[in-house]
Amino acid sequence: MRSDGSPRAGFGLKLSAALGILFLHVPLALIVLYAFTTEDKSFAFPPPGLTLKWFATAWHDRPDIWPPLWLSLKVAVIATALAIVLGTLAAAALYRASFFGKESLSLLFILPIALPGIITGIALRSAFDIMGIPFSTWTIVLGHATFCIVVVYNNVLARFRRTSGSMIEASMDLGADGFQTFRHVVLPQIATALLAGGMLAFALSFDEIIVTTFTAGQQSTLPIWMLNELIRPRQRPVTNVVAVLVIAVTFIPILLAYYLTRDGEHTAGAGK
Amino acid sequence: MMAARAGTVSDFFFRRPGLLTLALLAPPLLWIGVVYVGSLFALLLQSFYHLDDFSGLVVHEFTLSTYAQLAAPANLAIITRTVTMAAVVTIAAAILAFPIAYYAARYAKGPMKALFYLAVMMPLWSSYLVKVYAWKLILAKEGILGWLAAQLHLTPALNALLATPVIGGPSLSISYIGTFLVFTYIWLPYMILPIQAALERVPKTLIEAAADLGAHPGQTFRTVLLPLALPGVVAGSIFTFSLTLGDYIIPAIVGNSRPFIGQTVYALQGTAGDIPLAAAFTVVPMAIMAVYLTIAKQLGAFDAL
Repeated sequence: MRSDGSPRAGFGLKLSAALGILFLHVPLALIVLYAFTTEDKSFAFPPPGLTLKWFATAWHDRPDIWPPLWLSLKVAVIATALAIVLGTLAAAALYRASFFGKESLSLLFILPIALPGIITGIALRSAFDIMGIPFSTWTIVLGHATFCIVVVYNNVLARFRRTSGSMIEASMDLGADGFQTFRHVVLPQIATALLAGGMLAFALSFDEIIVTTFTAGQQSTLPIWMLNELIRPRQRPVTNVVAVLVIAVTFIPILLAYYLTRDGEHTAGAGK
Repeated sequence: MMAARAGTVSDFFFRRPGLLTLALLAPPLLWIGVVYVGSLFALLLQSFYHLDDFSGLVVHEFTLSTYAQLAAPANLAIITRTVTMAAVVTIAAAILAFPIAYYAARYAKGPMKALFYLAVMMPLWSSYLVKVYAWKLILAKEGILGWLAAQLHLTPALNALLATPVIGGPSLSISYIGTFLVFTYIWLPYMILPIQAALERVPKTLIEAAADLGAHPGQTFRTVLLPLALPGVVAGSIFTFSLTLGDYIIPAIVGNSRPFIGQTVYALQGTAGDIPLAAAFTVVPMAIMAVYLTIAKQLGAFDAL
């Protein structure tokens, strides 16, 4: 190993890292390829031919795609809004305070993503049963907001740790009240972290299936629609087209979240 | 008038930071406390009830008989199967993740580093179901893996692999090999990020010092790098292990018909209506994760999260 200048990676390391990255990306690339295949009965590789007609079919002939898509978007928007408020409050409360049990409290906020989703799902479902709450959009939102809080919490907490508390004191010393300080000092500092956390929460909710199957009842979100197509395929190429759409809808907020927090904070999304 | 009142409120809180913390903390804490922890307790409570065999109704009396049912051979087999899969997936993910994390932490610079980061984040965040679906395409008999094996004249080797008892099956998508591949693929990014975070903190000089003192690269890896990266590996394994323990969709879509814990819980609470046994089953991963998290905390894994 050379100890002068910049180190060079060995061939073995380079190769295994490259293969690992390839392993992560080939399946996603294949999904995109299959959206254009002319073969509609099997998953034959290589595709016998390429066509754009499945995009038109999905758009015109499959009205069953739209209601689940709207429901997913609606749930994701409401859950994200709730998570932004609650996650920011939790981060603001915990970043400077020190009191007995603080560690346990922060663990509590992480718990919904540390425990398997099926536990959250069945716990919520049995609680709805016991309390006689009928399934609705709100039962789905309740579950989603619970695990979205931690995503916002992580992002905002990381930002708070980098900002100085003396700014807030200075603002108060100069005569601003708490709300003015929040509006003009705190909010501009945490805005991008909030936005990034919100983007990630949105992507997380839009894609969630494990908890949703327990809290949706007869309703169908886009992931539930997709799961049904996986178990009982009707038109495989249409499922491929929807899969490509889902990849696009989740990639955009993730990229945005990355660019919003890239200087210094590599926490965005690390805690999915 | 409004401003004066607002000023009074903020003065009040400024002088009592403890109360401010409480006021900020109350809404999120109530949410998590009531919605989440409340539901968990409701679930835990149900595991102490039991299902009446004749009426098929849940009897609301305290009993441990539901937990005793967990020890039935069929149920123990489900638990063993799931824990084994979680362990194997975790080990495989750690082995695959290490070179990627090491390269990204030590050699990638500037735009290359950003590229590596995004290359891990994109698969992590892209849709879970789409990823599972992608593997259904890959593992299908007529899919790309079968095609690749045929191109490389390896079809007999693939068939021999599928003929292996226990892990084999009629095709890759109906075998434990398939289930294992999908689990490893889907949780791999969760392993890469914490290992990379741990490796970023290893000073370059330490590795150079090991080399200067005459250690082979292998020795440096074993005695310097690995112990320092261990908290990251443990942090990553929290995710790979926990997520595998509770998943019920992957083994249902790619795998043979022998169930995992997640599928069993799903079937018990749904068609069977045996909520008490379903609840008792979920206590298994909860207990395993509680022990796991305690050990992880001892090993300093939370600093690497």
